[in-house]
Amino acid sequence: MPITSTPLTIVAFIASIIAAPLVGGLLVGLDRIITARMQGRVGPPVLQPFYDIGKLLAKERVTVSSSQDVYVAMYLVFIVIATGLFFCGGNFLLVILLVTLASLFLVTAAFNSRSPFAEVGASREALQVMAYEPMLLLTAAGFYLVYGTFDVGSIVSYASLMSTPAIYFLPLNFIGFVYVLTIKLRKSPFDLSTSEHAHQELVKGVTTEFSGPTLAFFEIAHWFETVLFLGWVGLFLTWGGLVGTVVAILLVLLVYFFEIWVDNNFARVKWQIVLKSAWLVALVLGGVNLGALYLKLLFM
Amino acid sequence: MTATSKSPWIIHYDGSSCNGCDIEVLAALTPLYDVERFGIVNTGNPKHADVLLVTGGVNAQNLPVVQQIYEQMIEPKVVVACGICACTGGIFRECYNILGGTDQAIPVDVYAPGCAVRPEAIIDAVVQGLGILEAKRAAMRRGEDPEAATKTMKVKDGVVEMTNWDDPDDPGTPARFPEASSAMLPTYFQPGAQAASPEIAAAVATMRGGE
Ligand code: SF4
Repeated sequence: MPITSTPLTIVAFIASIIAAPLVGGLLVGLDRIITARMQGRVGPPVLQPFYDIGKLLAKERVTVSSSQDVYVAMYLVFIVIATGLFFCGGNFLLVILLVTLASLFLVTAAFNSRSPFAEVGASREALQVMAYEPMLLLTAAGFYLVYGTFDVGSIVSYASLMSTPAIYFLPLNFIGFVYVLTIKLRKSPFDLSTSEHAHQELVKGVTTEFSGPTLAFFEIAHWFETVLFLGWVGLFLTWGGLVGTVVAILLVLLVYFFEIWVDNNFARVKWQIVLKSAWLVALVLGGVNLGALYLKLLFM
Repeated sequence: MTATSKSPWIIHYDGSSCNGCDIEVLAALTPLYDVERFGIVNTGNPKHADVLLVTGGVNAQNLPVVQQIYEQMIEPKVVVACGICACTGGIFRECYNILGGTDQAIPVDVYAPGCAVRPEAIIDAVVQGLGILEAKRAAMRRGEDPEAATKTMKVKDGVVEMTNWDDPDDPGTPARFPEASSAMLPTYFQPGAQAASPEIAAAVATMRGGE
């Protein structure tokens, strides 16, 4: 069932890129409240991320180099396209490549300022891309082995035809994916490049030299990323239909809660551990899962 | 109220404080006071921050540092002097290397006195600063210079009074002074207060006369 661009897919594309920042902002707001409660605090209002963006957009436009702002804008644009493409049922492999391209724009933006803090943040960001990329590609390969297609729309249709979520075929792949999700969501112990919680040694990592509206674009891109990656988690869990979708959304929120819990309970690790553990997870969990699938196909 | 006053991100700089006030600034971030309720985040990056909290007086060495942090911050921005050292030089005022309070280096918008300044007074001062932040944002919208458009208070001879930063004869608006913090001034700084002992009265007189 290859996907063709009908008016419906275009509507889905536009609807998802409008809804994604709203959902993403709310998720980040919930994250901040849950984090505060875990630390015995009350926490900010749930709309706090939107206030932050409003504030940042109203600030004076000052930049260390104007090309930096262009790179950040490209980062946002490619993340937006990737999000729209995923939720209108596009090609999963293309979405992964777009996300990688977006991350490389972010790395370039950070290198561009020549600030020592941003440069170290940029090299760490590049390293994180290296760390999570194998697992993402093995995930895409896993979906292909199971369903014979990279199209998100077709994967969901096949899953609903079989009334079985993809996690049934890719359980180890799912665990490995949730592992690298911590890197992609910039959560401790893997928040090496942005120092999300103001770990002082890097000031603010890649975002150190972003200010005002540029920082707002970065934050909005992160909302899109959050929604997109949780969408990938949902792809493992859904089996189509109303019940399948609702259950998948609830499980996705559970996974997000788990990430917040991990964020609050683990100290940051060194980059060596991030790289080695992410590749180990990808090779062992992803490799074993793919091997098992392959053998089952052989003996069928 | 716009988003500007709902999301004040702070940066904290320790001038030559005794660390008493720094501990109180950090105390404001703890679960007991939890300033994140007001959207306040400690950024540690001048380019992200809206509010500069300075503790301790300005000395010859940290003068360019304070000025550089202030310059790197992006308009609209507000400076809060935390503790009596940051307001006037405080107990270190007469030291050979102390130039005085924060206002000797950069324009200060709100003074939060106290030794050490109480976390409630800091929160109060930041909330007061939000009004100024809004005024500066409005001035920017009108295309005016936000710093020139807003008035600031000054501490003169150990007595807190309101002045326009550019025009010392203008009495300014008293509303900007944190109500709760003014009660936390040392008693001999209270208007019309009687010194507890002749020794203190003499000390205060020397201090005021010495300027
Ligand atoms: S005001 Fe008091 S506590 Fe604060 S820095 Fe000065 S001496 Fe220390």
